[in-house]
Amino acid sequence: MTSLSQNRGAGVTPRRRGARVGIGWIGVVPFGVYALLFLGIPAVLAVASGFFTEKGAFTLANFDTFADPTTQKDIIGSIGLSAVTAIAGAIAGALICYALLSMRSDGLVRTVVDAASSVFAQFGGVMLAFAFIATMGNTGLLGVVINGIFGDNAYTSPLYTVPGLVPVYLFFQIPLMVLTFMPAMEALKPAWGEAVATLGGTRRTYWWRVGIPVLAPAFLGCAILLFANSFSSFATAAALISQGGLISLDIYRASTSETVIGHANEAGSLALAMVLVMIVLMTAYGTLQRRAAKWGNR
Amino acid sequence: MTTSSRAQDRVMTPLQAAPAAEPFVAGRAGRAPRFGAPPSKAAARVILVITGILFLLPIVAMGIFTFRANGGGYTVGHYLDLFNPALEYNYDVLFQGIQNSLILCLITVAIILLLMVPTMVLIEMRYPKLRRIMEFICLVPITIPTIVLVVGLAPTYSVVARFVGSDAWTLAFAIGVIALPYAYRPVAVNIAGVDVRTLTEAGRSLGAGYLSIMWRIILPNLRRGIIAAAFITITVVLGEFTIATFLGRTTFQTGLLQVESGDPYVAVIFALLALLFAFVILLIIGRVGSIRPKTRTDP
Repeated sequence: MTSLSQNRGAGVTPRRRGARVGIGWIGVVPFGVYALLFLGIPAVLAVASGFFTEKGAFTLANFDTFADPTTQKDIIGSIGLSAVTAIAGAIAGALICYALLSMRSDGLVRTVVDAASSVFAQFGGVMLAFAFIATMGNTGLLGVVINGIFGDNAYTSPLYTVPGLVPVYLFFQIPLMVLTFMPAMEALKPAWGEAVATLGGTRRTYWWRVGIPVLAPAFLGCAILLFANSFSSFATAAALISQGGLISLDIYRASTSETVIGHANEAGSLALAMVLVMIVLMTAYGTLQRRAAKWGNR
Repeated sequence: MTTSSRAQDRVMTPLQAAPAAEPFVAGRAGRAPRFGAPPSKAAARVILVITGILFLLPIVAMGIFTFRANGGGYTVGHYLDLFNPALEYNYDVLFQGIQNSLILCLITVAIILLLMVPTMVLIEMRYPKLRRIMEFICLVPITIPTIVLVVGLAPTYSVVARFVGSDAWTLAFAIGVIALPYAYRPVAVNIAGVDVRTLTEAGRSLGAGYLSIMWRIILPNLRRGIIAAAFITITVVLGEFTIATFLGRTTFQTGLLQVESGDPYVAVIFALLALLFAFVILLIIGRVGSIRPKTRTDP
């Protein structure tokens, strides 16, 4: 080994990577095996199980679930909830990013907002549901205030229905927008603003002619990411709603109903539908991000 | 590099995280231009204060909720209940869940630090062609939602149980996968800022072996990314709910939900503490990431 390293010398890029086979490649095997066992196989099993009966014979019967009015209603419910919270979350999140532009990017405000956004966007789940039970639940703060003004029992909580999830979901959608949209916002070059000003443009001109066109792909991409995030989220809804109404809740119900295996394969066909939707969404997101990167650094 | 890349490096969040090398900074901070994108300080403050209050509201409501007495009025009784031996039975499932989640934290962090990080470094040092594959593997769990993955994890775990049993700690394998995207980013950004190839060449030319280079040169240079990855993994594990529910194991989150139906006050107390804990962890990562000592160099 020593002689080889002498041959190579400092500063020379090693070209003969393949030539020195050695045993180094064994180093990447454990991770590969791990990813295969707990990512590759489960992902394939999840999607493929939709095509088989419980006994293992090929079937398309599991897709009958899409003819079921309940399933259709729940898919529409998921899409509706995701669309509303994605659009509202994207607009509100972008507004916060806009405000953050005038804060020092290494200042305390930014650090606090970033940390809080991560907590709400990624850590919330069940705990966010609890926060809203304490706020808007039947015995929550809002109920106490409203009952105090209008008399007892004036307040009925909207929280335990699908539309009631909108404010809860916004509490992880808006922070996710802040996290994902901020880099695009920061990529707006000060020089462009100076250029517009030099040419006699106002800030209004700047936003209509420069800011909005440049940010549009990133904004749209992030909104799609928000849609995907809401579409596939489970914990918050599961903690609040017990009777279904969303596709993610249906997957849970199918895979745990009756016997141990039971309707598990119907869950497979629902999972396949969800993956297809996610692939379309994430492809669109990736394309828009690349488009947005055109204006990025370098 | 420009201001935008500097800012991206600093956002210390699971989504786009991490430390990197000292970039050149085009001075912008501290200036308040009345042209270009940034709003006026006043407008910015108004927006931030309003959203700040809105987002604090549920957290404050949680705090008030924990002091609410059952019949009306306020009490500290719910906090005392936690230490009441007569009620301990009610909270068993929660304490069991917390214990399981702490064990899961250890094992999942170990998976990230002993499997993912060394593989990333090795790929950077010797097999750069595999980098794209590694990135793909690590980011794919974002596209495949947990709710889908668990459908396939159920049969996988019935096989796993035959080899290592079905204790709660086995969930770490699945949660490790969920944590990959979050842990990958900070380490990848850190690696991009450190010239691993040159450091490796330098070490090799001085006669060091690959293991020695990895342990004594590369890893110390990546410690910010690694620390961020470890902390983020901890928050992922503590917040994980879907996998534990589907596979029927007790963790912190499933324990919370079970206790909530019987004693919502105690559940909210723990949820509040966990949220604050996660906030502090992420705040620390954020500060560590943004404070860049100019004089200190890595050993």
